[in-house]
Amino acid sequence: MTVTTWATLAALGAFHGLNPAMGWLFAVARGLQERSRAVLLRSLLPIAAGHLASVGIVAALVTATRSVTASTTLAVVGGVLLVAFGLWRLLSQRHFRWAGMRLSAAQLAGWSFLMSSAHGAGLMLLPVLVAEPVPGGHPGHLTAAPVGALPGLAAAGVHTVAMLGTALVIAMLVYEVLGVGVLRRAWFNVDRLWAGVLVAAGLVTLIQA
Amino acid sequence: MTHWTPDPTFYPSPREAVTAPAEKLAYVAAFDRAASRPDAIVVLDTDPDSPDYGRVVGWTDLPHLGDELHHFGWNACSSALCPTAPHPHVERRYLIVPGLRSSRIHVIDTQPDPRQPQVVKVIGPEELAKRAGYSRPHTVHCGPDGIYLSALGGADGAEGPGGVAILDHTTFEVRGAWEADRGPQFLAYDVWWHLTQDVLVTSEWGTPSMIEDGIIGELLLGRRYGHAIHFWDLAKRRHVQRVDLGDQYQMPLELRPAHDPTKSYGFVGVVISVEDLSASIWLWHRDSDAWAVTKVIDIPAEPADPADLPDLLKPFGAVPPLVTDIDLSVDDRFLYVSCWGTGELRQYDVSDPMHPVQTGSVHLGGIVRRTAHPAAPDEALAGGPQMVEVSRDGRRVYVSNSLYGAWDDQFYPDGVGAWLAKLDVDVDAGGLIPDERFFPHGDEFRGLRVHQTRLQGGDASSDSYCFP
Repeated sequence: MTVTTWATLAALGAFHGLNPAMGWLFAVARGLQERSRAVLLRSLLPIAAGHLASVGIVAALVTATRSVTASTTLAVVGGVLLVAFGLWRLLSQRHFRWAGMRLSAAQLAGWSFLMSSAHGAGLMLLPVLVAEPVPGGHPGHLTAAPVGALPGLAAAGVHTVAMLGTALVIAMLVYEVLGVGVLRRAWFNVDRLWAGVLVAAGLVTLIQA
Repeated sequence: MTHWTPDPTFYPSPREAVTAPAEKLAYVAAFDRAASRPDAIVVLDTDPDSPDYGRVVGWTDLPHLGDELHHFGWNACSSALCPTAPHPHVERRYLIVPGLRSSRIHVIDTQPDPRQPQVVKVIGPEELAKRAGYSRPHTVHCGPDGIYLSALGGADGAEGPGGVAILDHTTFEVRGAWEADRGPQFLAYDVWWHLTQDVLVTSEWGTPSMIEDGIIGELLLGRRYGHAIHFWDLAKRRHVQRVDLGDQYQMPLELRPAHDPTKSYGFVGVVISVEDLSASIWLWHRDSDAWAVTKVIDIPAEPADPADLPDLLKPFGAVPPLVTDIDLSVDDRFLYVSCWGTGELRQYDVSDPMHPVQTGSVHLGGIVRRTAHPAAPDEALAGGPQMVEVSRDGRRVYVSNSLYGAWDDQFYPDGVGAWLAKLDVDVDAGGLIPDERFFPHGDEFRGLRVHQTRLQGGDASSDSYCFP
């Protein structure tokens, strides 16, 4: 993978980390509820783990599939899927539902996994992954699949580290300096922007195909 | 419709909600006891700089007759900022207005002209019955994941159990009954929660047949109305604990949890004790792993000449205070208590919730006193302070005078009238006084009775907060 690829993955991670719906706001709420910075910090790890799992599955699948098909089919199918999902996010009125506030670390990771998956966080990485040259070896050779998944997992890892770092900085900033009042002014509609990025990512993938 | 930044009326914490600008308008549920004219949502001007201050400036008739409007609420509020399922870009725009008698639910749009709200959707009683199994919808709360609506009765003529229905946030369709396991709960009335602690609380009144034709003396003296509150797991939707106040404490109605999400207490008002006709306020609080209640305020009945009393009370020779509504200021400092029988609104400093200190009192109306409003000192008032609503900054309190059609007629048999008063609060020292410029009454309400008030942008009993 090129430097640009890594940088793009990290930038997308920062974008995901920025979204209050992806977890930092939940971590801040838990910290404030218990009046404990440690609770805030402890909450971010399972949130990042859930995000990693969600993104990792998609990324591993994409790179593994790509190593065995090496065709434009994946890019086309993925691109169409991405545009459709983005439009659905943009136009649908539904929102993710999760009733509880008091979650264990495992439940918190599960919440993050579902939240990331429902928002199509992994799909957003598609154009980056699809644009990568097919890994060396023998295209069409099935044994390449497990190896092929590795770049995907590495990509998800880098992405998640960037996501966690961004979330950590924002969460601490809000918790220690700004206060939650900043939400009233600064919580711009990430969902709409997010959906737009999904559609754009789909189009880029299709063009590349 | 979604927005780029959160609705400006949403506040992440009660601390910040206190800084909200003063309301310019108030919405009031008004109903025709005779059911010969439509009930209405009435709009009052609450801007002291306006030439129409204290007057009716808008009127929206409902499409049917006999709804008996009672309580109502907003489609969305500050809970939209809660982090588990955030959707901060919806609007506080629609009033969800149930007909307590008709079981119809109205969705009323306060845009584009907040003074001329429009009925945009009516959910029939059959939909509430079919989807949720309930009737007689009562309390409305904007939850983070849907609109919560308590209901007193069962479907298809069944007396119960009453419970909580969920409405979809955006389509306002009835999604279903909220409860996964209701345990021993059967009677219903109010519902509210400790949102960040996954705790939901419900209270008890009576089934439709116990209330709709008036209070039934034998049932009351037989201690058959509700006398317990219920705690639930909000996430799992399961009954956790029933806390009995004692069967002499009939009708624990309004639930007012602390707005501070880190606090685990709340107040519930009890209408009447059958032992001495007193009213009381109870505090619920945690007691190690369980919930407990402690009586923190007792308001005794006042002796009276039976000749001055309605038939129902003549045998007792006393006026019960009949605490039928309470409201807690957003900063959790002052508790307002409506004594609808004696015609008094009391203010308590509840900074130490276990030990309330009375800091204010205003008399208006009352079964015996009939205290006039200073703006119309020659008019004896019927009814008393009943529904009480507090502005977000805690500086203004609005009270209206009707309790519930059939019960108004029993306690004020020569007519309850219609009036709404605003009281100004001294938020530093405590105490409150009537605003002489704000007293819509009588013909201004066109013969309808007035019940709950909701303030534009939110009020002390409309919003819940997920951040301290």
